[in-house]
Amino acid sequence: MCEESPVALEEVNALQEIIFKKLTAYLQIKAIDNPIVIGIHTGGVWLAKKLHAQLSQKGIVSEPLGTLDISFYRDDFTRVGLNPKVKPSDFPVPTEGRHVVLVDDVLMSGRTIRAAMNVLFEYGRPASITLVTLLDLNAAELPIKADITGQQLNLERNQRVKLTGPENLKLTIKTITTQAS
Amino acid sequence: MGLAAIKDSSNIQLTDNGQLRHFLSIEGLPKALLTEILDTADSFISMEQQSVKKVPLLRGKTVVNLFFESSTRTRTTFELAAKRLSADVLNLNISTSATSKGETLLDTLKNLEAMASDMFVVRHSQSGAAHFIAEKVTPNIAIINAGDGRHAHPTQAMLDTLTVRRHKGDFKQLSVAIVGDILHSRVARSLIQAFTTLGVPDLRLIAPNTLLPVNVDALGLRVFNRMADGLKDVDVVIMLRLQYERMQTALLPSQHEFYQLYGLTRDKLKYAKPDAIVMHPGPINRGVEISSDVADGKQSVILDQVSNGIAVRMAVMSMTMGGQMTQQSDSLKRLGDEP
Repeated sequence: MCEESPVALEEVNALQEIIFKKLTAYLQIKAIDNPIVIGIHTGGVWLAKKLHAQLSQKGIVSEPLGTLDISFYRDDFTRVGLNPKVKPSDFPVPTEGRHVVLVDDVLMSGRTIRAAMNVLFEYGRPASITLVTLLDLNAAELPIKADITGQQLNLERNQRVKLTGPENLKLTIKTITTQAS
Repeated sequence: MGLAAIKDSSNIQLTDNGQLRHFLSIEGLPKALLTEILDTADSFISMEQQSVKKVPLLRGKTVVNLFFESSTRTRTTFELAAKRLSADVLNLNISTSATSKGETLLDTLKNLEAMASDMFVVRHSQSGAAHFIAEKVTPNIAIINAGDGRHAHPTQAMLDTLTVRRHKGDFKQLSVAIVGDILHSRVARSLIQAFTTLGVPDLRLIAPNTLLPVNVDALGLRVFNRMADGLKDVDVVIMLRLQYERMQTALLPSQHEFYQLYGLTRDKLKYAKPDAIVMHPGPINRGVEISSDVADGKQSVILDQVSNGIAVRMAVMSMTMGGQMTQQSDSLKRLGDEP
């Protein structure tokens, strides 16, 4: 059972603007030229589409958007089995030697990002990976940090945040009242 | 062991929370689970387009192909499926192994268990062999039935239903005909169970009476002896091979006559819908069940069946392995709860 509770959460549009500004500045400082933008299914892809469009318009990226699914690389296969709804990963441009901007909606334990990096490395050796997330929940269980984030948020242990889409992207915080955490 | 001795397999194939842990027969599996196998296979098919076709799901696991009956095609696709899941694969060709020196089936199994195998893919000439092995082997080894006697060939049924779904969409409106040696065919048995569970409203069998099972009326399907009647307006035609190796009496006048009456030629295919698809589990006998021009023609999806077979086997292997491991970690948790 989940109930929605009101929390001081920025609107997705506002967070996307913050991310775009921070990322363009970051790429300039780091002298990262023409990176490949890759979104992690499913929320990360929704966000990456707009980010990619904005970056393309400014001439910062010229390559098409890539997408990535981590279902086969998750570390909880032994506990929850296989998720049947896997979307294909799609890299229109080889990532070998290229700078990658990896986009996801929420950084929580960091295990999704760990799995995403494993997927990326199967396909080549990127020059660098810059992690962009809409939210950082300060709940990492692995040494993984977002380079760019829209908002830091501290949730209660029984709360989760979810991005709904693909149109009218919206963030909602839910309280879980079941035994499983 | 006879067919009567095979118990309902639903309990043994599933974990306590309904996940697959063995794949022995279609019988007893709910529609939702069959659909999950098809969906999982679809996701492995989309993986085929990628340059790296391997995923780490079964990394460190040992899969043993235990084939007591010869088969190159099925064994190869299971091997390829296991390797794409990053498993280590052992191929045991039993006719050249210790069994020919008199070792019993159970001793062979115990020896393999001692080598820390995680999964056995079993093909055997005896109906019920896969169930027997699943009951006797240590509980954490997944057993996949690659065909047992006349009883079942569940992975073939799943790859066939996947092929139908990928070409025709929903099962709800379909008319499907299965043609040929139904009596001896484990593929036919599994297909009938699969199509029925998945909700195909019009399932037909076309065969001479000598090649139909004795209790065919109990199956509740439409049975035809003539191709012209049975193929009328069907969406899917599945041709079966004459199983000579399982025939114990003379059931046909001649191959030539069989081909005249039941062979799928271009003319006979015209009775079906113009966009009907033609399938065959293989290996095909050109000029016996099917003419070359139909087998190689644009309505034939026989080669799709082969590539779908790899994806379906990857799905079944990863789902059963996941079920086995989930069951093990659940039992460990329960042990941990005890004082």
